[in-house]
Parts: sequence; structure tokens; C-alpha cells
Amino acid sequence: MVDSAERRDLLRFATAGSVDDGKSTLVGRLLYDTKSVLADQIEAVQRASVDKGLSTPDLSLLVDGLRAEREQGITIDVAYRYFGTPKREFVLADTPGHVQYTRNTVTGASTAELAVLLVDARYGVVEQTRRHAAVLALLRVPRLVLAVNKIDLVDFDGAVFNAIAKDFAGLARALGYAEDRIVTIPVSALLGDNVVEASANTPWYSGPTLLDHLESVPVTSPEIDAPLRMPVQYVIRPRTPEHPDYRGYAGQVAAGTVRKGQRVLVLPEELSSTVEAIDTADGELSHAGVGRSVTVLLTDDIDIPRGSMIVAADSPPTLTDEIEATLCWLAEKPLRPGARLLLKHGTRTTQAIVGALHDRLDTDTLTRTEPESLQINDIGRVTIRTADRLPVDDYADNRATGAFLLIDPPTGNTLAAGLVGNPLVVTELS
Amino acid sequence: MTATLNAPTTDTSFDALDVLESEAIHIFREVAGEFDRPVILFSGGKDSTLLVHLAAKAFAPAPIPFSLLHVDTGHNYQEVIDFRDQLVEKLGLRLVVAHVQDWIDDGRLTERPDGTRNPLQTVPLLDSIVEGRFDAVFGGGRRDEERARAKERIISLRDSFGRWDPRKQRPELWNLYNGRHAAGEHVRVFPISNWTELDVWRYIQREGIELPSVYFAHQRQVFRRDGMWMAEGPWGGPRKGETLELKSVRYRTVGDGSCTGAVESTATTLDEVIAEVTASRLTERGATRADDRMSEAAMEDRKREGYF
Repeated sequence: MVDSAERRDLLRFATAGSVDDGKSTLVGRLLYDTKSVLADQIEAVQRASVDKGLSTPDLSLLVDGLRAEREQGITIDVAYRYFGTPKREFVLADTPGHVQYTRNTVTGASTAELAVLLVDARYGVVEQTRRHAAVLALLRVPRLVLAVNKIDLVDFDGAVFNAIAKDFAGLARALGYAEDRIVTIPVSALLGDNVVEASANTPWYSGPTLLDHLESVPVTSPEIDAPLRMPVQYVIRPRTPEHPDYRGYAGQVAAGTVRKGQRVLVLPEELSSTVEAIDTADGELSHAGVGRSVTVLLTDDIDIPRGSMIVAADSPPTLTDEIEATLCWLAEKPLRPGARLLLKHGTRTTQAIVGALHDRLDTDTLTRTEPESLQINDIGRVTIRTADRLPVDDYADNRATGAFLLIDPPTGNTLAAGLVGNPLVVTELS
Repeated sequence: MTATLNAPTTDTSFDALDVLESEAIHIFREVAGEFDRPVILFSGGKDSTLLVHLAAKAFAPAPIPFSLLHVDTGHNYQEVIDFRDQLVEKLGLRLVVAHVQDWIDDGRLTERPDGTRNPLQTVPLLDSIVEGRFDAVFGGGRRDEERARAKERIISLRDSFGRWDPRKQRPELWNLYNGRHAAGEHVRVFPISNWTELDVWRYIQREGIELPSVYFAHQRQVFRRDGMWMAEGPWGGPRKGETLELKSVRYRTVGDGSCTGAVESTATTLDEVIAEVTASRLTERGATRADDRMSEAAMEDRKREGYF
């Protein structure tokens, strides 16, 4: 049992894999073996498995939640799962592999500190694996795990595993991952080998089980050590007898640390000031790091609206109305040069015109082609002109201030995930 | 909750509960910044009480810039209604109550033969959203509650009929929420999407949040139905063959009395409740909600129709 007073941290991770790699089964296994599944859920799965004529419980039924998913036996949409161990709490974004794979993988990867990629041991690294890995690398997911699933179906053969691990190491290197950022694990999601319990069937493997790795991997992100960035969400002005002159800028620290007494710059206004106080409902803080929601008070009486950004004065982002960016196009409607759209960056939404399309990334060959438009699931580089100047960082340096959405003005639908710069540099492909 | 500018503390211990709290505060502030008329669905239950607590923290030392809405089935426990009204008064908030009984009285709704009013909440909810011209509706739904909810976005679009279409959900990327909607549409917002039942209880304990007494063990006359302990009340029961017994029980969820069961419990303190939740082998909805047992996709079907 977990001591309720114990302080634990939280790891957000995503899973990705192609159809029939057994991803839902792996997630079901992880939940089941960490005792995150309760008796009534197991009974429901057992009942449904019997109804489907299966002899063993189908653990994928634990996660496929929508009527259409159960009817078709596939996962359609990203699902979020929660489990905890005495060491850590986990938020898992389970991303389906086939329908709209870019959309789902981008969604899951955008908040992940680690991704588990699945392959079938009988087939190894396939086209779909390369596509997923390219999207994960593009989105700058800091760490990858390759789970070589169905290892029982190749008779727990260490040579098969080693060949796949070598293949994957080459792919990860080409996509810019350092060796210590990837781990390859032989598993059987169906039987449980090396998911939570170390397997006796893989004596040639001395690495961690999947759960061991998830529990012990350091939670890292480049934003922690980056210069301060805090988009202003809301201006708090109580105008009450107790607080007649209170004016606080509410926001969540997106990168770096805000400190009392720090010199800051407010963009795009280009106003300088000093942090007078970092306030919360529980009292003042001397400093606040990435992810913390705070209210910043400044020494100067300046007027800052929602949409502005408070940044480190000694290391400001680029203030620009012309952005070179990489887009993951997520909509049925294709993107053509000249399109007039809305762009949401931080807490600011502004008008945008898409200029030239420079290239499209072929995720199978990792080469670039010249496109006339971007279609659904395409990844391409473009120039975008914006009505307001925006304080942007390269996505490669800062996922918080290097990210934006493109929105369709008439419907309000999200059309694309935007990344400032060119976060995916393919060095070589073995 | 209005305390501010007190003694400085340090930022060395940012744990899982702090992460969840900061995420929820971020969501409240985004909605306050982007919508004209947000409203919090507030029943006095533990999840919506948590929402109000988080909203107060998000805007302190200013008051919460939203009003509250409760769709009251008329089958609620008096303790919970009293608690609801006391909290509203204490925080100086505005509460609109939509009584399901009014819709039944004027014929817009018909009482169901089984007596449960839980599914009847959808129409008064949608009518109240239109009448109040609310464009963002905060709910205490959590993704760990149910499989269909696991697929729900944090900011989730509803069409002008209030319907949820799981196949047309917008991708939700980074923490850049897209709340754009056409006139007549609205969004549902779930700031505690990523919390588990245990997170909720641990946070309630940490923050010293007060809850209605029904969440703690008490003596109550109950009868057995469908594997659950139901209380006697205007919603019907005990029927023939069902006998009342005095039991020490508590509620894990508080909903319409006709479909919410109590669990046998001796947990009278938060520590004991947390120990009980940790050791429980049943999910909170599976243990106590008849409405979710109706079919494999009961929640999905109700959500599609506009239920929260």
C-alpha cells in the first residue's frame, strides 16, 4: 500500500505502434500487473471476452472504450490511462497506430516525456515504426523505449531480439537520439514477460523490465534549464477594499524559473521590469519552476494584457512576424500556399498567412520532396506571416514557446501542429 | 482561500499533486481568458467541491469570475444540498439551480417507470446552458472514471444540440487549448481530467477541503438492490422483498438517490477513507452507480446526448 503522505513525481508517457502489434494488450498488461485494474473492470472484460468466444481474457478490452472501437476491434482515438506504483504516478497517452496515425501520435507525443514504441518480434522494425519514430523525434519526445513484443512467438530467440535492437539503434541515431536516451526491451504483453515481472524465458537479456525502466528513468525536459518564459493568461485585479491596487499577471511557467527580484522583459510590448513577488493562493514563493501556476507582480506600473509573455531579460526569445516552421497537417482539408488562418501561440491568437511551402518530409525514406499542398498526415516546412509579432524560440530548444496551433477560422477546427524551425535533422539512415 | 502575500515558501517540492493542481489552475485561467460566460457545474459532491476550491485558488485574491449551476434531480441528500448552499454563501458566489421537478411539472419531461432521474438531467442542463448563454461549462468529470471518459478532451466541443461526437474531437496538443466555437455551440471543460479518485482524496486531505458528511461513515437505514446498499427516499424503495437494515455506510459518489448506492464502511476520517479507497477492489462508479451498469456503453450513450 502507498503511504498517502509520500511525495511522488509524475511521468507522462505515450505508446505508439502499428495495428496488431498488441499495444492495447501491453497497456492492459501494464495496468493489470500493477494492480491498477479493479475487480469490476476485470469481471466486465471477462464477460465480454466470453461473449466474443475467447478462452483467455482479452486485456485490450480494458482500454478500447468507445462503442465503435469494440465493434471494430481497433483503437480509434487517443485514450488517457492512469496508474501509480509506490515510486511514481503515470499518465499514459495510448495512441492508436493506423487511422490518422500522425494526428494521434502527435497528440500523444506533444505532452510526453517518454514514448514506448512497439514492434512485433516476427517482423521487427517496419515502415510504420520508422514513421512513428520520425514523428516522435520531430516532436522532441526526450526518450524512447522499443518494446519488442510477441517475443514468445519467436521462441524467445535472443538473436532475433539483438538484430531488431541493432536496427532500431541505427534508426534512433539517424533521428538524433543519443544512445542513453533509448532502451530496447523484449516483452510478451500477452504472457507478461518483462512487462512488470522479469522473465525467466529471456536469460540473454539483462536490462530492466518495462515498468522498472518507467519507474526509474529521470524525468527530463529541455525546458527546465531554459531561460524564463511565462505567457500571461489573465490579469488578476480584485479591486476589493483589502486589495485595492493589486495587479497580478497569472500564468503557468512554461520554461525556466521565475525568481523574485529577477529582471524581466514583457513581449511583444518590449517593456522592462523586475519581479516584485511571485504569489499563489498559499502564499508567496521565492521562485517557481516549469509547470507551476503562479501570479507574478511587477515593480513597475505597466499595463500588460493576456497574450503577452514575461521572459528573462538577459535571454529573450526572437520577436518576429515571420516564422519558419514545420507543420504536422492534421485536417482533411489540404493546406495550400496563401491560406489565411488563425495561429495560437502561448496565450495569444493572431491572424496568419501561410507563404511558401518549402518541402514535405517522406517519413518512410526520411527524405524531403517539393509539395504543392500538404495533405492530412503530411509533415512539411513553410513560412508563415503573422499579424502580431510573436516571441518564439526554436522548438528544438523549447517545446513550450516553439509550439503553436493553426486553426481554421470558419469552423474553429485545429488544422495543424506547428513547430518553430526545423526540429528534425536526419543525419544518416542505416 | 483569500490568503496571499504571506510568508515566502520555497519551490523545492513540486510533486504529483502540485502538477495536477497547477494544470487545473492553468485550465481555469485559459477559459476565463477566452470565454465570455463560463459556469461551473456544482452539486456539492466531492469532485465539484474540488473544482470550486481550485477555481478559488486560480483567481485569488480576486473572487471566482464564474457563476455556478446545479441540475437538481430532487433526489439529493439534504446534507449535500445544505453543504452546497453554505459553501455558495461562504464564498459569495452566484448559484443557479435547475429543478428537474419543474420540467416534469410542466410536461417537458416525463418521470421514468424505474423512478431514476439521472438521465432526466440532460434536458434541464441543456436548457439552462441556453438560457444562461453559457459558452463554457466546467464539469468534474475524470478520465479514470469510465472508458468513454478516458477518450474525452480537456476542452470538448458540444454542438448546438449539446451532443458529443467522439469521432469529431479536435486533437489536443501540448497545453494549447482550442476553445473556438460557433454561436449556439459551447464547450465542456474538465480541469481535473487527469486526476484519479485517490488523487482527489489525497488533495482534499492536503488542502483541508470540507465535504458533505455523507462521504464519511454514518449509520443509515438501507436496503439491498442490484448488489448495492440503497437509501430509502422519495425515489422509491424499499420495494416488496427488500428490507431496511441499519448499516454503517458511506458514499463514494453522490448522485441521484435512485441510482447511487452506499458502501459499507467504518471510515470516519480522511485517513481512513484514503486507506479504504487504496484497498478497494472496485472502481468508484462500478461500486455505486447503477446508471453505468445499464450497458457496456451507457456513459458514452448519455454523453453523446449531452449529459455531463
